[in-house]
Amino acid sequence: MSTVTEVTPPAQAETSGAEAGRAAIINDFSIVACTKNGSGSQTANLTILRSFFKMGIPVVGKNLFPSNIQGRPTWYTIRASKDGYVARTDAAEITISLNPEGAQDDYNKTAPGGVFIYSETGDRDSVKVDMHRKDVSHYPLPVKKIADPLEKDAKLRTYGRNMAYVGALAWLIDIDRSVIEAALRYHFKGKDKPVQSNMAIVNAAYNWAAQNWTKTDPFRVEKMNATEGLIVLDGNTAGALGAIYGGVNFVAWYPITPATSLADALGDYLPILRKSPDGKPTYSVIQSEDELAAAGMIIGAGWAGARSMTSTSGPGISLMSEFTGYAYFAEIPCVIWDVTRMGPSTGLPTRVSQGDVLKAYYLGHGDTKNICLLPSSVYECFEMGWKAQDVAEKFQTPVFVLSDLDIGMNNWMSKPFDYPETPLERGKVLTEADLERLKGFARYRDVDGDGVGYRTLPGNKHPFSAYFTRGSGHNETAGLTEKSPEWVANMNRLGRKFESARTHLAQICAPVVDEVEGAEIAIISFGSTDPAIVEARSRLAKEGYKISYLRIKALPLANEIKDFVAKHKHVHVIEMNHDAQMLQLLRLHMPDMATKLHACNLCDGLPLTAKWVSQAILK
Amino acid sequence: MTTETPTAPLPTAKANIPNINRPLPVKPAAPAVNRIGLAKPDYNGNESTLCNGCGHDSISAQIISAMYELGVNPNSMIKLSGIGCSSKSPAYFMNRSFGINTLHGRMPSIATGALITNHTLQGIGVSGDGDTGSIGFGQYKHLLRRNLRMIYIIENNGVYGLTKGQFSATSDQGAVLKHAGRNDYMPIDMCLEAIISGCGFVARSFSGNAKQVVSLLKMAYAHRGTAVLDIISPCVTFNNKEDSTKSYDWGRNHDERINDFGFVPNYEEITIDDFQESEDKVVTMHDGSRIVLNKVSAGHDPTDINAAIKLCMDAREQKRFITGLIYVNPNSPSLAELEEVNNDVPLAHIPNEQLRPSKASLDKLNAGWK
Ligand SMILES: Cc1ncc(C[n+]2csc(CCOP(=O)(O)OP(=O)(O)O)c2C)c(N)n1
Ligand code: SF4
Ligand SMILES: [Mg+2]
Repeated sequence: MSTVTEVTPPAQAETSGAEAGRAAIINDFSIVACTKNGSGSQTANLTILRSFFKMGIPVVGKNLFPSNIQGRPTWYTIRASKDGYVARTDAAEITISLNPEGAQDDYNKTAPGGVFIYSETGDRDSVKVDMHRKDVSHYPLPVKKIADPLEKDAKLRTYGRNMAYVGALAWLIDIDRSVIEAALRYHFKGKDKPVQSNMAIVNAAYNWAAQNWTKTDPFRVEKMNATEGLIVLDGNTAGALGAIYGGVNFVAWYPITPATSLADALGDYLPILRKSPDGKPTYSVIQSEDELAAAGMIIGAGWAGARSMTSTSGPGISLMSEFTGYAYFAEIPCVIWDVTRMGPSTGLPTRVSQGDVLKAYYLGHGDTKNICLLPSSVYECFEMGWKAQDVAEKFQTPVFVLSDLDIGMNNWMSKPFDYPETPLERGKVLTEADLERLKGFARYRDVDGDGVGYRTLPGNKHPFSAYFTRGSGHNETAGLTEKSPEWVANMNRLGRKFESARTHLAQICAPVVDEVEGAEIAIISFGSTDPAIVEARSRLAKEGYKISYLRIKALPLANEIKDFVAKHKHVHVIEMNHDAQMLQLLRLHMPDMATKLHACNLCDGLPLTAKWVSQAILK
Repeated sequence: MTTETPTAPLPTAKANIPNINRPLPVKPAAPAVNRIGLAKPDYNGNESTLCNGCGHDSISAQIISAMYELGVNPNSMIKLSGIGCSSKSPAYFMNRSFGINTLHGRMPSIATGALITNHTLQGIGVSGDGDTGSIGFGQYKHLLRRNLRMIYIIENNGVYGLTKGQFSATSDQGAVLKHAGRNDYMPIDMCLEAIISGCGFVARSFSGNAKQVVSLLKMAYAHRGTAVLDIISPCVTFNNKEDSTKSYDWGRNHDERINDFGFVPNYEEITIDDFQESEDKVVTMHDGSRIVLNKVSAGHDPTDINAAIKLCMDAREQKRFITGLIYVNPNSPSLAELEEVNNDVPLAHIPNEQLRPSKASLDKLNAGWK
């Protein structure tokens, strides 16, 4: 434990900021706010984030929070990047320290030449650390003295104190206060009262800083024009909306971090967006007793003709294993969002990983393979939200969407969502009229040669419509069978269906390929590793390195990935899990080129940085 | 797309249920039809593969009778089950209804999803004592708590039939089985569990008592929420020794009817005046059907929850095999009603135009996040 008994006064900055000859650093730094979990710092942090965005500065916000509810340290990082980089960086240039616990560590981690703003309250909430660093500019902030008199409601005072650092920071780095007010107005959905009470604290802190601080650091923001037309949102909200625009009409779920906010967003937006002309809901959402029941409910719903989904994370995925195998074999559509967190077991529930790739792909028992969509951004969460619904019904099978905590729970800039360009694809469903024409049907017969049979929905009034669904061996007409040839034929058809899915996904979720002329090195990746790779490639390109990049958007793997690998000498498979899971799938997909593929994986609970990516490729 | 048309002969239903307990069908003079014009064989299923004499087959036959007599449209009914010998039986009745044989113990969750998606369908679920009382106990309780409208039959034989004779959660305490040895644990009373979980229709019967089972099934069909029928259904192969409370001998010798009742379906026009005695108690079900309890004072009043609980507790302690309607409360709203999907168009039939919100709504949202 780092107990600091002797507190040294802040060292005088030697390299004291712009005035001392250091060039100003504009729109290119990170801020980390270290606060107490549950102290309501979210409003303050989102206000800073939204202010940068409104000033036209590319920005990203990441919440690094502990797995408990109140009191423990939590960190929120905001990166402003004139170049548009949105990956995590190793250290923040500006540390705002409001939580004495762990403050020394936060201080020590501040980037060289950085800023340390700390609460000085004269009581046990004061940050007392050994401020020995001469490269750092120190700014004490009496948050209680500034904010408490302006907040009559004692219960809201901790919130108010967080707004004090917003105001002081505004003075220090030049955030326009009218922009802060606009950001607050956004946050409070236009409600005047909270905007005004928060602005009062922001102004007081701004004035206090103006009178008491001398700027000795080089960091500043300036208006630019790089966020025009963009939106800021988290991936879980985007995924929920994608599903809603994809026509989801049955949701069953069980709370689990980091998937809960996806179900919450469904609960928030469905009532607004999905009412029938007579005002009735066109959906149903059930919080089930566990993930097992959630899986059962969405499968029952999919069988009966709903577009159904659930959202969960690792432990829930494990509980859904038997049901996924069932739905795969009985051929029932449903969508399962896995907002991946760190495993195994309960793992690190509030940290990120991509550790469920193999699990989701093979979930079930006895030769199951599942379609997985792999979003890498908020935009793709929306897009795959609706596409997953189409794919599930088209192929009559469970479809996984593997998002993760970083995309799902953090705030990202995005292009505005595009309205789905294709109509809802409901798959092969026979109506009463079809049955009358056909005089019957065989549920599992491969009529079209794509491995996908025709189904009827319970409630179909035609006397020939009914069939019996089971997870046990069945023949073309859905009859129970234990005959080997019938079993083999059915499994072969499922194999054909999977190949049809591979072809289809290669069109609607095609790999994103950026081939560099003459490159021998390439990267293959998927999901939320993308921002770090984009930044690393761009920095390395400036140093003269030629590196191609292919980003996978779906499983089963598209065949064209083989062509890409064939064109390069070394292909680094970048992923955030311990066992290089995607690498394993790629090697199975192209055994003849297996030795070209190199593991490039890190699993430490944190989003990747460009620095790590560069070093990992060049080593 | 090829031009090949999917054609398959429909399996022709055969009523060939090997069953020693089922009363032999009396051949009607003319092919009788019910009120929707279907003959009884229209309610048949495939040939059973269960052991000769298995109680489960009698229950299949009783389901066929009840649904035929009620004039239920097979197209508006879905059959559900878990895994077990009992859970196989939906294949042995009502071939013209959709069926789904789910996972061991997980039929309730499938039923919930399916019947919320299409609440106009009537669900009939068949489970076993292992399927419901052991692996599926959690889902059973939550199904009841949510009050999904369906008939939930537990074909209770006090043993795992399909896996060959292990103890189940309803096996008698002290029972000895060939391979399983001695059971030291208290049996779970499925009816008691249902009542305390908020179930509004709880009955117990015996697969050998066709008349009672058929009546209870008809009443269950009229119930607004989940209707539980705990039907003792002997396993002739693994648990039919006379000292077993789940054996045929026990059932025949100990069947103690706690009430007599008549059932007036909602499509029959009979006025209350037609009931003869003043002591008769009439329970009006949500769909307008009526249960007429004859001389309630002499027996058990199934509308009294405390009496129902006490009856179950006493019966378990005294090893009494009580049968009949144990508890009824026709008034609790079903899950579909609570979820407000209870309008004319089931979720499954909502047109695509109503499933995808407008482009304008997305534009508005996009603008809001700027
Ligand atoms: C997850 C799982 N575990 C175990 C089994 C094996 N299994 C099949 S049926 C059964 C017991 C069935 O007992 P019960 O529900 O009482 O039905 P019965 O055969 O007695 O009618 C078991 C353990 C299974 N199918 N699935
Ligand atoms: S083993 Fe028992 S429960 Fe199973 S079919 Fe035979 S008699 Fe019935
Ligand atoms: Mg049993």
